[in-house]
Amino acid sequence: MSVLLFTIIVLLGAFLAGLLGSLTGLGGGVIIIPLLTLALGVDIHYAIGASIVSVIATSSGSAAAYVKEGITNIRIGMFLEIATTVGAISGAIVAVYLNANYIAIIFGCILIFSAIMTLKKKVDHTTLDNTDKWAKFFKLNSSYPDKGVDHAYAVKNVPGGFAMMLFAGTLSGLLGIGSGALKVIAMDNIMRLPFKVSTTTSNFMMGVTAAASAIVYLHRGQIDPGIAMPVCIGVLTGASIGSKVLLRTKTDKLKIVFAVVVTFLALQMIYKGISGL
Amino acid sequence: MSALKKENINDKDIQVILGTLLRAGVIISMSIVLIGGVIFLIHNNGVITDYKVFKPELSKFSSIAAIFKGIATFHGDAIVQFGILMLIFTPIARIIFAIFSFFIERDYLYVLIGFIILAIIAISLNGGLAH
Repeated sequence: MSVLLFTIIVLLGAFLAGLLGSLTGLGGGVIIIPLLTLALGVDIHYAIGASIVSVIATSSGSAAAYVKEGITNIRIGMFLEIATTVGAISGAIVAVYLNANYIAIIFGCILIFSAIMTLKKKVDHTTLDNTDKWAKFFKLNSSYPDKGVDHAYAVKNVPGGFAMMLFAGTLSGLLGIGSGALKVIAMDNIMRLPFKVSTTTSNFMMGVTAAASAIVYLHRGQIDPGIAMPVCIGVLTGASIGSKVLLRTKTDKLKIVFAVVVTFLALQMIYKGISGL
Repeated sequence: MSALKKENINDKDIQVILGTLLRAGVIISMSIVLIGGVIFLIHNNGVITDYKVFKPELSKFSSIAAIFKGIATFHGDAIVQFGILMLIFTPIARIIFAIFSFFIERDYLYVLIGFIILAIIAISLNGGLAH
């Protein structure tokens, strides 16, 4: 395949991945990797390197808007970034020594899990019980504005959330994805944050987490300009358009269709991984 | 009351600067990637790609020093890689800014947390770890 044709195909694919990733909340990274590996036969190491770059671009772009609104809890974000960056670097280093087939299998499993998570109904776990001594020490309890009203919230089980973030960071570094699904579990279910705060704060953290592993990938030669260029431009464009469409469309049906497609892709990746062992 | 209000405005200012910093970083670095991409495509139009096997030894720009050397030659792929490098440093610049703003707020615990994150990233910058 010529460079020009390859670039155009990847650009279109990445645009779609970014668009669907932002509409369904799954993220562009988890879609572009199966696309590159299954459809174009790209080695998963290159696909991961390109994907992590697009994760930095999209998360920094949307974090810019959220931070200005004042919903993001910067203290929680930075406190948990200690866990995600340590995890990300460990994951990226492990990925270097791991056989591509094992990475594909783990990736497929996480993909199925993320697809299920986008379909699950969210249950509000927020609390005003501000007795957690870790939350007090790190000044994590706060409030967020919604339609002109300030809503206070308290944070629970900080060590549990921290541990889950360590795991989310490791997977992010290992697979080159934002692992938003895991981050939201850590913040919604374990630390009991309101949805708005957890999604925006998770987005805020993604950039730093991805940057930490991207540096390891760069030194390892996994970030190839020929792939990373169309991937990050495509995903970023798709994601920005997606976030604008999202404001006026209902995405429930799209989510179901998409979860099925993604599960199919995931099974194919797992199958390919197992048969390649 | 007035002291409290002042502090709030201060916090809001920091959030606006932080948001602008992130947006500017993404826009500038992606523009560089785009320009490099166009130059790269013009020069490598007919070349055949092959990414089927991971060959790290063929990677030309796998260190910051190599990227800067490549920039001087004005090769498209070097410019793309430089844009990617700037993109990677955007969230890192955000941490540095956050450290400053927590310092102004005299929240030294979070100044320390910021430095811990920077130290972790510095470890990954030390390429030796990845080889």
